[in-house]
Amino acid sequence: MKTSELAALLNEPACTHNLKSKSGCARPTPGATAGGCTFDGAQIALLPIADVAHIVHGPSGCAGSSWDNRGTRSSGPTLFKIGMTTDLSEQDVIMGRGEKRLFHAVKQAIDRYSPAAVFVYSTCVTALIGDDLEAVCKAATERWGVPVIPVDAAGFYGNKNLGNRLAGEAMVNYVVGGREPGPAPVDPARPGLRVHDINLIGEYNIAGELWHTLPLFDELGLRVLCALSGDARFREVQTMHRAEATMVVCSRAMLNVARKLHEQFGIPWFEGSFYGIGDVSSALRDFARLLGDAELNARTEAVIAHEEARLAVELTPWRERLRGKRALLYTGGVKSWSIVAALQDLGIHVVATGTKKSTEEDKERIRALMGEDARMIEDGNARQLLNMAREYQADILIAGGRNQYTALKARLPFLDVNQEREHGYAGYQGMLTLARQLARALENPVWGAVRRPAPWTMLQEARHG
Amino acid sequence: MAEIVGRSKPLAVSPLKTSQPLGASLAVLGLNRAMPLLHGAQGCTAFAKVFLVRHFREPIPLQSTAMDQVSSIMGADDNLIEAMKTIAEKNRPAVIGLLTTGLSEAQGTDIHRVLKIFRARYPEFQNVRIVPVNTPDFSGCLESGFAAAVQAMITEWVPMADDAGTCPGRRPHQINVLCGSLLTPGDLEALRELIERFGLHPVLIPDLSDSLDGHLDAEDFSPVTIGGTPLSAFATLGDAAATLVIGPSLYPAAEVLESRTGVPVHRFDHVLGLDANDRMIMTLAGISGRTVPARLERQRAQLQDALLDTHFLLGQARIAVGADPDLLHAFSELLAETGAEIVAAVASSRAPVLARTPLSQVRIGDLEDLEDLARAHGAEMVISNSHAAETADRLGIPLLRAGIPQYDRIGGYQRTWIGYGGSRQLLFDMANALLEQANHGVDPYHSIYSRKADSRQEASHGAAQAFANSGRWH
Repeated sequence: MKTSELAALLNEPACTHNLKSKSGCARPTPGATAGGCTFDGAQIALLPIADVAHIVHGPSGCAGSSWDNRGTRSSGPTLFKIGMTTDLSEQDVIMGRGEKRLFHAVKQAIDRYSPAAVFVYSTCVTALIGDDLEAVCKAATERWGVPVIPVDAAGFYGNKNLGNRLAGEAMVNYVVGGREPGPAPVDPARPGLRVHDINLIGEYNIAGELWHTLPLFDELGLRVLCALSGDARFREVQTMHRAEATMVVCSRAMLNVARKLHEQFGIPWFEGSFYGIGDVSSALRDFARLLGDAELNARTEAVIAHEEARLAVELTPWRERLRGKRALLYTGGVKSWSIVAALQDLGIHVVATGTKKSTEEDKERIRALMGEDARMIEDGNARQLLNMAREYQADILIAGGRNQYTALKARLPFLDVNQEREHGYAGYQGMLTLARQLARALENPVWGAVRRPAPWTMLQEARHG
Repeated sequence: MAEIVGRSKPLAVSPLKTSQPLGASLAVLGLNRAMPLLHGAQGCTAFAKVFLVRHFREPIPLQSTAMDQVSSIMGADDNLIEAMKTIAEKNRPAVIGLLTTGLSEAQGTDIHRVLKIFRARYPEFQNVRIVPVNTPDFSGCLESGFAAAVQAMITEWVPMADDAGTCPGRRPHQINVLCGSLLTPGDLEALRELIERFGLHPVLIPDLSDSLDGHLDAEDFSPVTIGGTPLSAFATLGDAAATLVIGPSLYPAAEVLESRTGVPVHRFDHVLGLDANDRMIMTLAGISGRTVPARLERQRAQLQDALLDTHFLLGQARIAVGADPDLLHAFSELLAETGAEIVAAVASSRAPVLARTPLSQVRIGDLEDLEDLARAHGAEMVISNSHAAETADRLGIPLLRAGIPQYDRIGGYQRTWIGYGGSRQLLFDMANALLEQANHGVDPYHSIYSRKADSRQEASHGAAQAFANSGRWH
């Protein structure tokens, strides 16, 4: 990877981080670093493509401790869940046998697993010893007749976010445009319906939450050509250039894909979120707006009216149970305001929200939701989060999995809203799941039990006191 | 005895192997107020952290030197020094485990030299003990990384008897125990209780049962480990009456300890099954000069009874085992004791112990190899880590989760495998797994001539018809 190419990716023009003086992709501090590497980000971004053989070209540390650890789900093939790595040995590194091993590894994967395509991820060691990933992939494609796609995103290139972008870049450069989509199937109940094609970018189908929103798109007559990359297939990624509109879901990570699809194929795009009633409705309206179809517009309004009315009824008992509870939210980027709105919908008071990955625009939206004096947490380490939770008398910490045990050890209820979560909160239906999970966390009787000291200690204190 | 078959294919599929830096991190996590520091890109640490959090369900202290593109090429000594300084300042640890990765080793780092520079530049952090260990992930596995870290701790912190004036047996009740990576925190707890029953005081190295046993502490947060072997213990090892070492991967470390202190070493490959536990009890009785407590005799009799109760199922049962070498060897010996057969044995990496494992063949490989061997030889049960859940699923046979990681069950880290009691439970669990799966006897045979009325009905009307008619039959 050339330095100039990396710099171009770091300066993603569509990313609002880069409009301000401060760069959004800061360098990590040795000894005080949390978060994944570029390879991690690339793997997260593409691994959900289910019918692809994902080969990690490197020593055992990269794939060995990371395979099979994501909550993303597939409705069909499970090939993506099989960890594959060239598992380089010391001799391979010293003698420079990496490329040869990779070439034969690709063949082994194709022979045994018949993948739709093979993705090859570089890692630190193979980047350092100078393996030519692109050349090996090109030769393998020609030799074995299956697309072999290089994803050059070694760990030391930078952080996870850069890895997301490099992964997106690889899709645009090598995959998108490879195939034309077939005609949209006709719904026998609505034979004359004009179906529009759309893309979702940055939707990873964590805990299957894509399946909360997919029925809505069916209802509207929108065919999702490709969700990059939740429950995706290689064939779907190839057809992304034919969409009429793109939504970048809840993450700036793959903005470059949306921008390039716009530049190269004229596909309009917008950023949105599927968390919270208001955001789901406005995402659906944005599609209708971009597609400019009056009938679709009418259908959209009907679906929104129907769903919002249904939720108003179904959420009522939950709102009563959750009203007035205080939450400390610590999550990145778009979710910093999107989840705030969702929580407020449920009657929960958000005492502070994390803004580490948020842009000025995100912060504006937070102020709009939480008031001018909204408390924002720029960089919360575990100690700070606990102190804040105490100071603001939070009833619950809502954050990513890495903070789960921080909260539990401090006897503080916790809800996971990041990629390791086990429940889908997207879409209208997701709001009900969110409400149920919040109540489940907050109302559990264990909180009393774990805060109660051993009875004999009180006895002893009384004696000594 | 076993033939070792090396890796023969270019691609590892469903890797069994976990990396050396992760194993070394685990060993460091068994020290009190410790912070493992991986010299590599930030992903090396992030992956290892998530991995350990998922297994132990605990917050895991782990840091990174965060090598980037420039430092990977131009040298990352400054990253390393800055990382040690930052950790010493911010987290105030008693010890930092300085561990290399494939990236820093391929780059050619010299951590011992950089550590000297750090010491010279920052004398104010003299009280933070730092142990450097070379653990590239392109060789070895979790077990060898763990062993390398334990050996480095001993080399760094146990003084030579002549220099320090230590004398074996000066602390007549102290027993040093070098605990291999095949032992769980639950095992270590059981081991401590067993040794204490003989009036002896065990010093466990490293002591994961004190740091990662999953207990709710009074302290709500700590950036470093809470619990584990205290650093001060290392200076006392030379005064102990004896050293026990459990797990062949730690034998080299035990040799270093013996040569530095003269304290006699008792080697145990593992503590599973009747033979190994008998030898452990005899050793402890010999060291302490005490008689064996009656309670232990009872437990031994219980294990013997369990061997009888389970032998109908375990005798000639066909088992597939995938694990790091020490654990694979332990299961081979235990299963040999029960009359079960290991028909597929895959180790993650080479190790001397494999040559004397009571098996005809051990393959160095991955879970795909294990699956192929298990299928070819008609295995009835898989013993491996959680990654093998899909393997066992595809084979249609049960999985006994052992080793690391275990992320799809709660409390795997806390299971007690060792001792008479642990071994007894293990026999029960294996037998029950087979029992649930058992094909009870002969498959039904449908005779051409003496047909049953029910099967004729279905044959002439089909299942749908039979279902529709079922109302009339009752």
